[in-house]
Amino acid sequence: MESKLELARWANSIALKNGASQVKVDVSRQREVNIEIRDKKIDKLLESTSSSLGISIYVDNKYSRQNTNDLRKPELEKFIKEAIAATKYLAKDEFRSLPDPKFCKNLNLDLKITDSKYEAIDSSQKIKIAQEMEATALPMSDKIISVSGYFSDGIYESAMVLSNGFEGEDKSTYYSITTGVSIKDENGARPGGWKGVNARFFSGLTDPKAIAKEAVERALKKLGQKKIASGKYDMIIRNETVPTALSMLMSPMSGRSLHQKSSFLDGKLGQKLFSDKLTVTDDPLLPGGLGSQLFDGEGMASRKIVLVENGVLKNFFIDNYYGKKLNMEPTTGGSTNLVFSTGAESLEALIKKTKKGILVEGFNGGNSNSTTGDFSYGIEGMLIEDGKVTQPVNEMIVSGNALSFWSSLADLGNDPYLYSSWLTPSMLFKDIDFGGL
Amino acid sequence: MKDLTRRKFLTTTSQGLIASTFIPAFLKNDIPLALGLSNEDAGLNGYLNRFGVTESLIREVLAEGLSRGGDFSELFFQHRISNNISLEDKQVNRAYTDIIYGVGIRVLKGDQTGYSYTEEITPATLKQAAKTAAAIANSSKTVNPVQMKLFKHQDFYPVQTGWEGVGIGEKIPFLNRLNDKIFEQDKRVIKVNAAIANESSYILIANSDGIITYDFQPMVTIYSSCIAEQNGKRENHGSSRSMRKGMEMLTNKEIDAIADESVKRTVSLFDAVKPDAGEMEIVLGPGESGILLHEAMGHGFEADFNRIKTSIFCDKLNQKISNEHVTIVDSGLNPCCRGTINVDDEANESKETVMVENGVLKSYLHDRISAKYYGVKPTGNGRRDTFRNMPIPRMRNTYMKNGPHTPEEIIASVKNGIYAEQFTNGQVNIGAGDFTFYVKSGNIIENGKLGRPIKDVNIIGNGPKSLADIVMVGNDMKMSNASWTCGKGGQGAPVSMGIPTVKISKITVGGVNK
Repeated sequence: MESKLELARWANSIALKNGASQVKVDVSRQREVNIEIRDKKIDKLLESTSSSLGISIYVDNKYSRQNTNDLRKPELEKFIKEAIAATKYLAKDEFRSLPDPKFCKNLNLDLKITDSKYEAIDSSQKIKIAQEMEATALPMSDKIISVSGYFSDGIYESAMVLSNGFEGEDKSTYYSITTGVSIKDENGARPGGWKGVNARFFSGLTDPKAIAKEAVERALKKLGQKKIASGKYDMIIRNETVPTALSMLMSPMSGRSLHQKSSFLDGKLGQKLFSDKLTVTDDPLLPGGLGSQLFDGEGMASRKIVLVENGVLKNFFIDNYYGKKLNMEPTTGGSTNLVFSTGAESLEALIKKTKKGILVEGFNGGNSNSTTGDFSYGIEGMLIEDGKVTQPVNEMIVSGNALSFWSSLADLGNDPYLYSSWLTPSMLFKDIDFGGL
Repeated sequence: MKDLTRRKFLTTTSQGLIASTFIPAFLKNDIPLALGLSNEDAGLNGYLNRFGVTESLIREVLAEGLSRGGDFSELFFQHRISNNISLEDKQVNRAYTDIIYGVGIRVLKGDQTGYSYTEEITPATLKQAAKTAAAIANSSKTVNPVQMKLFKHQDFYPVQTGWEGVGIGEKIPFLNRLNDKIFEQDKRVIKVNAAIANESSYILIANSDGIITYDFQPMVTIYSSCIAEQNGKRENHGSSRSMRKGMEMLTNKEIDAIADESVKRTVSLFDAVKPDAGEMEIVLGPGESGILLHEAMGHGFEADFNRIKTSIFCDKLNQKISNEHVTIVDSGLNPCCRGTINVDDEANESKETVMVENGVLKSYLHDRISAKYYGVKPTGNGRRDTFRNMPIPRMRNTYMKNGPHTPEEIIASVKNGIYAEQFTNGQVNIGAGDFTFYVKSGNIIENGKLGRPIKDVNIIGNGPKSLADIVMVGNDMKMSNASWTCGKGGQGAPVSMGIPTVKISKITVGGVNK
């Protein structure tokens, strides 16, 4: 079979020959395995490979993008010709062109995101891990009504060819194991507990038994959940739960939001907007990172970008197109690995110094408005009184505005979450509005 | 546009008990252009030709699927062409296309599922995929191919002008009109984003029970979103319509109505306040508030969660769970609605399923596995995102039937509360029963009258409790034809919802604490 790079070059040349002035082609292939063990049996087993060819076409500053998984060459050639013809109907957009070649280079780095042993791990090993999680969790409590052990992995390979001369290849692997537990409380509610880890290498997966135990503990902790009085509470968000709250800051940072006036951060670059404690850096070159990449989706070489430094807004996510529209130097189109300043203390220590607070361990729905910064999310977690966790809570809502919320960040834990591309530590916020009874 | 497909797998989670609904963010989807693919497919032969297969090859592959001792095998072929044109800064200056083509092969052994798919359809790749799926069972047996019988179903979405015959140039004027109408209507509007997305999906399903069927599933969605500015303050809102229709959906009248809604909704937010936080009475306006049914009960009624006893509703069948005026159905039969299906993705007939009748829980929503477990007929709710996914029980169009009250008397009965009208998204924890939905706009109700507008508040309740707390049901049932997409287990499904004006006596509202 032809390599992905060769196919991308071929598609590039076909588009150029048929009237495109500039072209970007990316070809990818992903193999995935998903296993679920339940009731001591394999409940679901999925194993497959998918492919895709994406082509961005520029015809005299007119732009379209097409994807197909039908990689037969005669079909592809027809597809590309028709796409070029259709693109000509669109309005000219002077900002549409490939990135300046000076931004597109191939970094010669090993990001340590590919497990060379991927092919050597057979399915019986994977099934065994999922079985081990189920077998560990099931006998832990008579309140348990269902346990699932999940194993999934994948290998992703891609090649990108730009008509400005850039060519890049990417290969990565991932593994993920999770235990899900459902229990029954005396009122008939069936809360669940989940724990999982993600890793680039098989050897990066942690002990399945420990994961299963934690899932059960998380479920049991929810027995007797109730809603408590509305009011202002200090809010601690557990490290792995922070991303939902963080997304209210990240989405208004995009070039598109800024240019389309749908960002409350518009015009605020360089200002001190948030708590001094907040420093956030996007680091695409983090070795082994779950978001690591050598180049971004437009072929621009990866580099570290400081987004917020001691509360000062330093940079936005500016892609090539909106960079031209905004007359700003492009950074990159979106987040990769987000690295945070951390505090000196553990989550337990943060809880200990909180008099009246709520430890948020899960968000339930809700949304934020990127134009105004207003947000409102459902939550569940634990009530904290005089430094101690006293009562599981649920069916409550936290509301506010992103600017004041992120200014009220009072402390960070020393516990960056390592199993996601957003390496968030636990965070403590002061005087937050909760809706309950 | 960003390449959203690139590292997609890192964003998936396995939090299988959480399901959510949302209206997709405007312009976020990297989708389509009208590509001139032929549409000569009439009848079964047309579908067999489209996928380059014959009935005898299908029979052989189904038999291969059972070769390790499985008791059911199934092939799901799909060819889907999606197109999108988008407007930004007053110009239709971008277009996206997405084509997927392939076949998913499923083998069941009891309630165990083996699944594989291939995007290259040849006898060799089909048989290899069947072998992979067959491995869910672990004995060996020789199975003779079955005879196939065509299942002919009704058509609830006949198309007048199919999308394959429509060029991009015919759609562009409608987006330009949408843009112009919005700007004309209010000087405070500073930005408009709009898009038209259309889709043609061809599916062919065959299974080892000897059933073969096919369906053509069209869809068109029109979105608009605008930003308005007043005294340095900005607000955004928008509107969308999505139906299983062809080009006939694009009319000046429809476009003007969407423009009108987008502007009115957006500028009303300048006066909006946040309500007080806490428990209060809530009146849900007709139409979009159907999200209550989708989140608070619909997901809990999906039989996969009941079969494994993880749904909060799993022991409530035939019990009175709500007011006698409450009747809730999930139907695949509403003409041209977004959640309508002629046949489900397991070749079962589509139906209207009465879930709650006069307050009593009557039926769950089933796929093949759960229907077999409960010993009932399938309800036609086995749906899947694409050929890459296994079918699971999903909602279609979920709505509450009319009750006895007028909307005026419902609002007049509230002393202090809120009236919720438009929503962007919702979510539910199926086991605990906690559900939320996000109110984009509504009003405060004071002494039986609608007061100031409200915006951006989340509402949280508990499914069984909120069902029990429905105290009044209006006589003004309306369907919402917004572009609702339900997410469950990593799979998206187009759905619709509807409800008359309804009052819930007590629910928690996010807001401010005085």
